[in-house]
Amino acid sequence: MVLRIEVTSIDDPEGPRVSQMARSLGILGLTGCTVSRVHNIRGQLSDAQVELLCRELLVDPVVDTHTIGVSNPLGRAVEVAVQPGVTDLEARELERAAAELGLPAIEVAMARRYDLLGEVSDTDFETLVGRGLVNSTVEHWSPNQLEPEFSAAAAADVRVAAIELSTLDDGELLDLSREMLLSLDLEEMRAVRAHFESEGRRPADAELETLAQTWSEHCVHKTFRAEIALTHHHSDGSATSSVHDGLLDALRRATEALDPWWLRSAFVDDAGIVAFDDHDDLAFKVETHNHPSALEPFGGANTGVGGVVRDVIGVSARPIACTDVLCFGPVDLPDADLPEGVIHPRRIRDGVVAGVGDYGNKLGLPTVNGAVIYSEGYVGNPLVYCGSLGLLPQGSHPTEAKLEDRIISIGGKVGRDGIHGATFSSASMDATTGDTVGSAVQIGDPITEKGCIEVVERARDAGLYNAITDCGAGGLSSSVGEMGEDLGVEVDLSTVPLKYPGLQPWEIWLSEAQERIVLAVPPDRVAEMQSLCDQWDVEMTDLGRFTGTQRLVVRHGSTDVVDIPMAFLHDGLPRRHMSAVWTDPTPADCAPPGFESAHVLRLLAHPDVASNEDIVRTYDHEVRGGTVVRPFVGPEADGPSDAAVLKPLGTSRNALAAVLSNGICPRVGKLDPWAMAMMAIDEAVRNLVAVGGNPDRVALLDNFCWGDPTKPDRLGGLVRAVQGCVDGAELYEMPFISGKDSLFNEFDGEPIPGTLLISALGLVPDMAHAIDSAGSAVEDDVWMVGTQSDHLGGSLIAEILELPTTHLPPMVFDPLSRYRAVHAAIASGLITSAHDCSEGGLCVAASEMAIASRHGISIMAPPGSDQPLAAFANEAPGRILLTSRPADRAAVAAALGEHASLVGNVTDEPMIRLSSGETIVEISVEAAVSAFRDRIVP
Amino acid sequence: MTKPPILIPHASGTNRDQEAAQAIDIAGGDPRVVHVNRLLNGDVSFGDHAAILIPGGFSYGDSLGAGGRLALELRTWFADELGVAVRAGRPILGICNGFQALVKAGLLAGPQRPVGRSVTLTHNSNGKFECRWVTLGIEPGCRSSWLAPLYELVVRCPVAHGEGRLAVADAEVLESMDDGGLVAFRYLDSGSTPRGSAGRADGVYPANPNGSVADIAGMCDATGAVVGLMPHPEDHIFDWQRPSGPPGGSGLPLFQAFVEASR
Repeated sequence: MVLRIEVTSIDDPEGPRVSQMARSLGILGLTGCTVSRVHNIRGQLSDAQVELLCRELLVDPVVDTHTIGVSNPLGRAVEVAVQPGVTDLEARELERAAAELGLPAIEVAMARRYDLLGEVSDTDFETLVGRGLVNSTVEHWSPNQLEPEFSAAAAADVRVAAIELSTLDDGELLDLSREMLLSLDLEEMRAVRAHFESEGRRPADAELETLAQTWSEHCVHKTFRAEIALTHHHSDGSATSSVHDGLLDALRRATEALDPWWLRSAFVDDAGIVAFDDHDDLAFKVETHNHPSALEPFGGANTGVGGVVRDVIGVSARPIACTDVLCFGPVDLPDADLPEGVIHPRRIRDGVVAGVGDYGNKLGLPTVNGAVIYSEGYVGNPLVYCGSLGLLPQGSHPTEAKLEDRIISIGGKVGRDGIHGATFSSASMDATTGDTVGSAVQIGDPITEKGCIEVVERARDAGLYNAITDCGAGGLSSSVGEMGEDLGVEVDLSTVPLKYPGLQPWEIWLSEAQERIVLAVPPDRVAEMQSLCDQWDVEMTDLGRFTGTQRLVVRHGSTDVVDIPMAFLHDGLPRRHMSAVWTDPTPADCAPPGFESAHVLRLLAHPDVASNEDIVRTYDHEVRGGTVVRPFVGPEADGPSDAAVLKPLGTSRNALAAVLSNGICPRVGKLDPWAMAMMAIDEAVRNLVAVGGNPDRVALLDNFCWGDPTKPDRLGGLVRAVQGCVDGAELYEMPFISGKDSLFNEFDGEPIPGTLLISALGLVPDMAHAIDSAGSAVEDDVWMVGTQSDHLGGSLIAEILELPTTHLPPMVFDPLSRYRAVHAAIASGLITSAHDCSEGGLCVAASEMAIASRHGISIMAPPGSDQPLAAFANEAPGRILLTSRPADRAAVAAALGEHASLVGNVTDEPMIRLSSGETIVEISVEAAVSAFRDRIVP
Repeated sequence: MTKPPILIPHASGTNRDQEAAQAIDIAGGDPRVVHVNRLLNGDVSFGDHAAILIPGGFSYGDSLGAGGRLALELRTWFADELGVAVRAGRPILGICNGFQALVKAGLLAGPQRPVGRSVTLTHNSNGKFECRWVTLGIEPGCRSSWLAPLYELVVRCPVAHGEGRLAVADAEVLESMDDGGLVAFRYLDSGSTPRGSAGRADGVYPANPNGSVADIAGMCDATGAVVGLMPHPEDHIFDWQRPSGPPGGSGLPLFQAFVEASR
């Protein structure tokens, strides 16, 4: 018997959200929307038991009404449910809770019902369903009552298929690679064929899949290991050629050359590790989850956060914070300009933001630093960078599995979710991608991951494991395959807990079901591990053992599934030889127009500059009680800060704090990816220094998001950007400790703008001297650190005014001595507030300081630019605005020396006054606030 | 002086338990974070503790409504133990998710009604999760004896929740809450630091961050021992945790009073 209970809350926020979305889609006939939760319940319940269920679990007596059966439709209706196989946490929770209530076992299938009020035409209905209510990649729907599908699939025989390779010619090898979604090229397919010919047998399906996962761009970074020949066409018509022997090695060598004493681990593990104080280390990692977020924004971003947090768990650290940097298409993109198969940027943005917040908030991690960038280049392929910071006692991360250790998996169950995620992210997308790889998208379960955090922290402190790794792309095939590289492993898949029956061995082996961690546990500690897991409600499975045979052996009960030598799996991949081309843009310049107040207001209201408080406040940035400098600061808590300062819980023995910041400037990358890298490093560093971070303790992370690297023009920009990172690490004397590349970010053959995110992790020596952009007092002096430039290439003002200039400002000559001087002044308490100059230049930085403090500010353009617009809107790197007490003027001048000039003062009158020669631009702080906060430009 | 043992139950998905433990520790108590599984299987007993603090977080993912399943467990598994604690007048404090669970478990049910409870915590009026600092005033007429020494106290601390709007079944409920001294905390206008000039938020966002009726941020039960609130005073124990703005407003006195009452 299936019972249906509909519950409607009078204040369900989803209803008004649908109405608002309808308006934005131009559907004016909709006058309202009522949303109900539909519980389809299969089981034998008496009337009294149904009443008990409603009273105790389903219906809030103050705000809910309910109907048993089907309610009368109020107008047109839509009923939506997740497709079978997609995680439905609410249904599982309800089943468990019913058992706790003492009810007979029930099965639950949830749905959402929308009753659409008013006059909704067929076309409008179709638009609303397709564009707003249903994501067909993970959901199905009906205009009436949706037939519930309970989550049991038919059991199937365990089957392993052998695949014939030796008779295939080159074309057929490539066809096979495509059909099986292997994403392997011809040379790689030939290497696979040769291996199995040498063993005199046909490979099993799971063996091919294992190789494809392990050899995927996502897992092994083929492009970053390739030998690349670059041809660089310069703007004067000349060309130079160079050979780049491994981009990853180049970054690693830059770090090795610096090798500071506080560096604990770089590039070798799931996350980079640096020293915090005498007792603890910090682990930091940033990942991307772009393709999944394009198809299912909430789930893609949700599992993006989950994945990077697991990277931090995978180095034995307790996660303590999250970051997110997001690149979307313009949210006001006309529907007519939306390519087929693409979700509108507005919906992607809303879904991604909700997904990031949901996961971080539920893990109890503060999301403290980030950025949002909008450009047409990201319409078909948004970028979702998720970062996580962790804390671990020094020397507490064991990395060597021992012979006969058990392979222990903890966390979630396995379904078909996420199969082929690693290979899917290693190919470009088009309109059909959603249909062919829908299974690559999944919904997260943060509570299970939270359990893993608690268990791993305690297991680490009790010394229960010898090695640990997260289960991410490629599932067990990658994590177990990597962990057993030296010793060899034997795994029995029949022990893996499944969400539903019917999975074939290769599917279990490859599933990217989330929230799993794999550990090497000595046999005599397994019982302790089990009781720890029981205590924290975390499922634990013993998968097998480390054997010493140097082979990857996988069985399902008595059926052989995989038997590959580790040497071939990890070293058999042929190295790629690739060619790359970079062509400098044809030089162009133009005289900028005169400088007006409207320019400042337009800059402040530009989506990349304007306040994203509406996003940030949906993230908990206070949990763990360690947030010292917040994303928004000042008396009205609406001024943007430069970086996050965090005092980790449990480290109150000293005043040290951590700083997180980021730099990203894709506009510059279109002109020169090398300069983009240098300027992104500078942006991250100056943000970090501006809140009190010490420039001598900065670790960097790189995240490259690029197009298809097999196309030489895409690869050329990537090589240049990597070179910029290498040169930047040397110039700034800051090591890269971890990084990631996400390639094949293309839609329908169009690449995204090559986009590099630099994330920086540093230390504030004394958190009492952490500052923000709001702390100035009236009469304070205003200083500008750094030098001006007339060049507007790559700047936001050039984009807004469509100035065709290609000239970039010069890079900073000696950044470290400049930032050391600024840091010394801040650390000695001389500086009352600071704010970096980035998008929009000096005028935006000054305005944002006025917004943050609600004081006025008066600035005379420093020398270095004769043209007023350029003087106030150039984006030369290396510049920070500082304020200090008038009484400290001599001390500040002495501390900053040649690095800064006195440019103005903080005023009581709430006006922003910018003067350069004869030109004086004046804006009220109030007008700046409405441009920045409400995006209103008169 | 001995430190009274304070039980901090941890359900799967609980967070802010470590900050709560830190606040209790600094306030002079002995915090003990215990997973509900260990309370259920008898490893640890409620009776060995002088007070109970149910912390914030997303117990069981809030899949059955905020605090819903934890409320069920409080009702079904631990009803006897909690009943004993309430009758003995031992202080019980629920913060955020802990408050939601106490309300839905009926321990903070509002004025007596023949059927069901008369108050609930539901979606913020703007429909979104909201994280921001707020100013709280302890209600002078509040019947909680352990809050009594704090009637002049103003606390500044963050809220971080999606379902923190206190709603009542009807206007009568509100009246009897006032009459019965069941209102414990209200959101104040952020400018009102000295208690003398305190003004209520009057429902205005963002001082009242979620649209709670009559600016109610927290309540107590008829015995005065059980207290719950949505904001997080455990995140304002040290001066450095406070963003720029007026000085003072620490949450520590609240935890000191809680620990004192548990002695």
